[in-house]
Amino acid sequence: MSRRKTERLLSLVVCLLSARRYLTAAQIRDAVPGYPDSFDAFKRMFERDKDELRELGIPLETGVNAGTEDEAGYRISRQAYELPDIRLEPDEAAVLGLAARVWRRAELAGAAEGALLKLRAAGIEAEDMSQPGIEPRLQTGEAAFGPLWEAVRDRRPVSFGYLAAGRSTSQQRLLEPWGVVNRRGRWYVVGHDRDRGEQRVFRLSRIAGSVTFIGPSGSVTVPPGTDVRGTVMAWDSEPPPVRTCRLRIRQGAGHGLRRHARSVTPARQSGWDEVEVTFTDLGWFAEQIASFGADVVVLEPMDLRDAVIGRLKGVLA
Amino acid sequence: MNDSAARNQTATDRLQRLLALVPYVVSRNVVGMAETAAAFGITERELVDDLNMLWCVELRSPDPYCPIDLSYEGGEIMISEAEAMDRPLRLGVDEACALLVALRMLAELPSIGDGSALSRTIAKLEAAAGNAGGPSAQVAVQMDHLAGQTAMAQITDALGRDRRLHISYYVHGRDEATERDVDPMRLLVVEGRTYLEGWCRRANAVRTFRLDRILALEVLDVAKEVPTGAQPVDVDGGLFRPSPEDVHVVLELGAAGRWVAEYFPCESAEETPDGRLRIMLRTPDTQMVRRLALRLGEDGRVISPPELAEQIAADAMAALEHYATQSIMDTAM
Repeated sequence: MSRRKTERLLSLVVCLLSARRYLTAAQIRDAVPGYPDSFDAFKRMFERDKDELRELGIPLETGVNAGTEDEAGYRISRQAYELPDIRLEPDEAAVLGLAARVWRRAELAGAAEGALLKLRAAGIEAEDMSQPGIEPRLQTGEAAFGPLWEAVRDRRPVSFGYLAAGRSTSQQRLLEPWGVVNRRGRWYVVGHDRDRGEQRVFRLSRIAGSVTFIGPSGSVTVPPGTDVRGTVMAWDSEPPPVRTCRLRIRQGAGHGLRRHARSVTPARQSGWDEVEVTFTDLGWFAEQIASFGADVVVLEPMDLRDAVIGRLKGVLA
Repeated sequence: MNDSAARNQTATDRLQRLLALVPYVVSRNVVGMAETAAAFGITERELVDDLNMLWCVELRSPDPYCPIDLSYEGGEIMISEAEAMDRPLRLGVDEACALLVALRMLAELPSIGDGSALSRTIAKLEAAAGNAGGPSAQVAVQMDHLAGQTAMAQITDALGRDRRLHISYYVHGRDEATERDVDPMRLLVVEGRTYLEGWCRRANAVRTFRLDRILALEVLDVAKEVPTGAQPVDVDGGLFRPSPEDVHVVLELGAAGRWVAEYFPCESAEETPDGRLRIMLRTPDTQMVRRLALRLGEDGRVISPPELAEQIAADAMAALEHYATQSIMDTAM
C-alpha cells in the first residue's frame, strides 16, 4: 500500500514538475498511473495527495492556462520548487555539519537532518566535515518547546498553565508569542500576555500541562523592532546594587567564595582567614554561604548574618 | 495517530528521499553505491530499491514515456535523464530555521575557527532559504559569555596542537580546589554550559570539567596521550551517568525549593498532599547533598537515607555554634 502510494506521489511530482502548462485533474489522471478508474474515487485520492505534497513544502500551483477556456489545472513551478544554487567552501561545509548536529535528539533534529539531506543533494559535501574538537548541543527537554515553536513560527496565540516561581498552583495564561530564547540552557518564551496587557517572559520548564492554540495562523503580530533575545536577557538581569561583606573562612575551605574575594588576610584565630567578598542578591548569597556549613562564618553585615542563621535554623526546624 | 497516518508518514518520508536522491547523484555525475547509501542513512539494498522505483516511473499521457533513466552497474550510480528533478526541493521553514538557529548559536562561541566561515555560511544559507528562514529571527540562543573565554581559547589551542593541560579545578560538590593534568579530547557545549572533556591523569579516566570552574589553566609543553580505549561521553545521553554505587536520596521541596527538580536530574518527582514536591535523586557524592540541604534550609528536607538527614542536622548545628559563641568578639572590631 505504502509502496504504491510512494510510486503514485513520485509520478505525480515528476508529471507536474515537467508540465509546461497547467494540467487539469482529468489530464493528471490519464498521465499518472495508480489512480482508481472511478472519477469520484480519483478526486478524493487526488485531493489527499495534493495536501500531502503541500505538507512536504512542494509548491503546487493552481491556475488556468492563458488564452484558453480550460478548467483550472495544476502544476509545480520549477522556480518555486528548486533550492536556489548554493555552494560552500570546505570550511563552510564543516560548520554546517557541526550546526546540523546541534539539535541531535532535540525537537528540530529531524528538520536539521532533512535540511542537510537537501544540501547534500545540491552537491555539498557536508560529510567531509572536519572534527573541530567541539560538540555543541541544544536540548529541548521542555515538553512545551514543540508547540511554542510552532506557535511562534505560525504566529498563533496560545494558552497554557504556568507555575510561577515560588507558587505551588498553576495559573492559566493567554499569550501572543513573539519568540523563544534559550539562555544558559533554559528555554523562555516572550510575548504579549493578553490578561496582563503587557509583554511577559515565561520559562518553559514551568509550563504545566499542554499548550493549546487559541487562534488561527497569522493572527499574532510581532511589534516591529522587537528584540526577543534582548528582552529575555533584560528580564532577570537587572544590575542590583553591589554590597561588600566580611567573612571568616576556614583555611583550605570555601574555594567557591575565595575565587571572588576582594581580599584575603589571616584571621586572629589560627586556621582561619578573613575574606572580603562582594554580593548583590542577599537571599541567594545567604543560601550559598549556608551551604558551606561550619567552614564559613559571616562577620558583617548583620542582615546577611541573620539571613544565614535563618537558613541554618530552617534546616533544624 | 492511527495506522493509516503512520503508513502515510513512511510514504512521504520515502518520497522526500527519492526527490533528494536524484539531484544527489546528478550533482556528482557518478557516485558510489556505498557512499550514497551512507549519506542517506539506508542500506545498499534499500538504495537499489529506491533506484528501481525511480527508473520505473512512467507517465502514460499524452504518450507513454519514462522520465528518469539511470544505471547502477559496478557499484556506481549514473543518472543520464532526470527531467525537471535535478535540483533538490527548497528548504522548509523548520529545516531552514533549525540550521540557521544552530549556526547563530555557534557564532556565539569564541572558538569556531576565525568566525568568518560561520558568517559566510549563514549568509549563503539565508540567501538559499529565502522566506523559509524568516522565523529563525524569533529564536535566539544565548551562551554564557562571562565564563571561561580565555580558558576556551587555550583549550582550543591545546586541542589543535595535541598538548597536555594542567588545570586547577574547583570541585563544587566537595568545595575543593584540585590540581590535575588533563589530556584534552573535546569541548562540549551542553545546556548552555561549556565543558572540557579529557583524559584526567589523576583519575585515570575520562572526565568532564565545567569551564567556569577551572580556576587556572596552563598549556604544557608535553604531547597529550589519550589511551586508545578512552570512551568519549555520550553527549546525547546526558552528562550525568548513573552508577550502581550511587546513593538514592529522597528530598521534599517547598515552593521556594522547587528549582532543585529543574537543576538536578531526578529519578522521580511527585506532589505530596501538603503541596510539597517529593523527588528522588541519585548521586555518587552525598557531600553535594549535604551542602544542598544547608542551602535550602526549610525549603528542602532530606527524608532518606536517615543517616544523611542526621548528618545534615549536625552540619547545621555546627555552623550555628559559631554564631552563638563568637558573635560579639568578631563584630566588635
